[in-house]
Amino acid sequence: MSHHFKILVRHLNFYYGDVQALKNINLEIPANHVTALIGPSGCGKTTFLRCLNRMNDIIEGTRIEGEILLDGTNICGREVDPVQVRRKVGMVFQKSNPFPKTIFDNVAYGLRINGNFSKRETEELVEKSLKDSALWDEVSGRLEDSAMELSGGQQQRLCIARALAVKPDVLLMDEPASALDPIATQKIEELIRELKTKYTIVIVTHNMQQAARVSDYTAFFYLGELIEVDRTDKIFTHPGLKRTEDYITGRFG
Amino acid sequence: MKRKWSEQLGFLILTLSTVLVVFVLGVILFDIISKGISVISWEFLTHPPRDGMTKGGIFPALLGTFLVSVITVLFAVPLGMFAAIYLHEYARAGKLTRLIRLSIRNLSGVPSIVYGLFGVVIFVQILNFGTSILSAGLTLGLLTLPWTITACEEALKTVPKSYREGALALGATKWYSIRTNVLPYAIPGMLTGTILGLARAAGETAPILFTGAAFFLPHLPKSIFDQFMALPYHLYILATQHHAITQVRPIAYGTALVLLALVLTLSFTAILVRYRFRKKMRG
Repeated sequence: MSHHFKILVRHLNFYYGDVQALKNINLEIPANHVTALIGPSGCGKTTFLRCLNRMNDIIEGTRIEGEILLDGTNICGREVDPVQVRRKVGMVFQKSNPFPKTIFDNVAYGLRINGNFSKRETEELVEKSLKDSALWDEVSGRLEDSAMELSGGQQQRLCIARALAVKPDVLLMDEPASALDPIATQKIEELIRELKTKYTIVIVTHNMQQAARVSDYTAFFYLGELIEVDRTDKIFTHPGLKRTEDYITGRFG
Repeated sequence: MKRKWSEQLGFLILTLSTVLVVFVLGVILFDIISKGISVISWEFLTHPPRDGMTKGGIFPALLGTFLVSVITVLFAVPLGMFAAIYLHEYARAGKLTRLIRLSIRNLSGVPSIVYGLFGVVIFVQILNFGTSILSAGLTLGLLTLPWTITACEEALKTVPKSYREGALALGATKWYSIRTNVLPYAIPGMLTGTILGLARAAGETAPILFTGAAFFLPHLPKSIFDQFMALPYHLYILATQHHAITQVRPIAYGTALVLLALVLTLSFTAILVRYRFRKKMRG
């Protein structure tokens, strides 16, 4: 493979207290591609995703071993400020979580954290982020309305716009469409395909068809281990291992 | 058939209990209002007592209760809020935190006279604030702290975890996320609990008895280091300590009515704040 790898994961172990949730994970995540993480519930895929932006730090009693190199720099070290990591690695959650503020203030939230932008720059960046998340046409006339008034699909795209506004390199998505109807899901999937030209995307999904539709690479997790990773078309047509095939064809999970 | 009968009996007991409670409450309210309303007037609220407290108004007591409450709020609200933020957002979940939380809950059950004695030792004597508005206000502040901390923690609990995570995922520091994405939604709930705590404190007699409340003062307090008159203590005197108890009875009822109105107003304010907050959160 001749890809540039955005993230390199080396010998990653992760523990919740005494319980080991991830076992010796080694994975390369190519830049400007979509990598899907699949596997049955409790297999560690969400835990793994949250390692990539140090979100597990906020859970007490967790411990991480190994290395996650983002552009060659280890982001797991104690000396690394998770706040800086999260500015580069954005996240969209399973349940859309707009803040009970206006649509504008939601998207501007991340921009205002360091207060580096003028009012004009903030307005421009908000507009750009809403356009990039394909929400602008639907909300441009009512930016001052509460984000809570948007539909579920619009709320999730708002959360994507909010994550894009701070210009991350990587976008993590934790089952971003699991609570949405088919049409809203389709919009999110189209959006993911557009976004990968600018961002490296890692998506957790329970939906095999979704993984097949949106991702370039697929990694199959099972019981805290990374079983197999390959090009998505290959994983879904000629999986290397029987366990992967069994899961993909719905024989278990 | 038998089951239906026992269900009806259960329903009857529940209904009767409710009716009884409401009835007793109604009798108390009716008694105070009917006997107190006749002495209420603008003069009653704005003038000091005269002729050995048998005539005149209750202005010094009203003012005293107000001033003490201001000290209570200034002391207990910030301290209670910050303690709650620490306990809920920062403290590690462990034995020590559980012990602290348990102690705070228990403190809210300590009899108010104990706070009064504690106030005498700490504020009046050791810190040398004397018997004063300050000492009494701080003592009442201590009394309300457990309520304030508990109410503020409950308010913080109602803010979804996803607001905190959402802010952190955007690169916010913990304090920034709390300041901009947690507190704005918790403060109305905090206020509600605080106001209810204050309403309770405003009606307390025992904690101010030794720490600053006076039987009668010919002058209004000039600073927070002066003694003061207060509504609940005034009522206590008129009801039990006065030499002409039957003569001052209407004034006692009037004082009770004013105190009651004050506490109810505070409670209604709390309800109003909560109502508006709920509407906003849904918005």
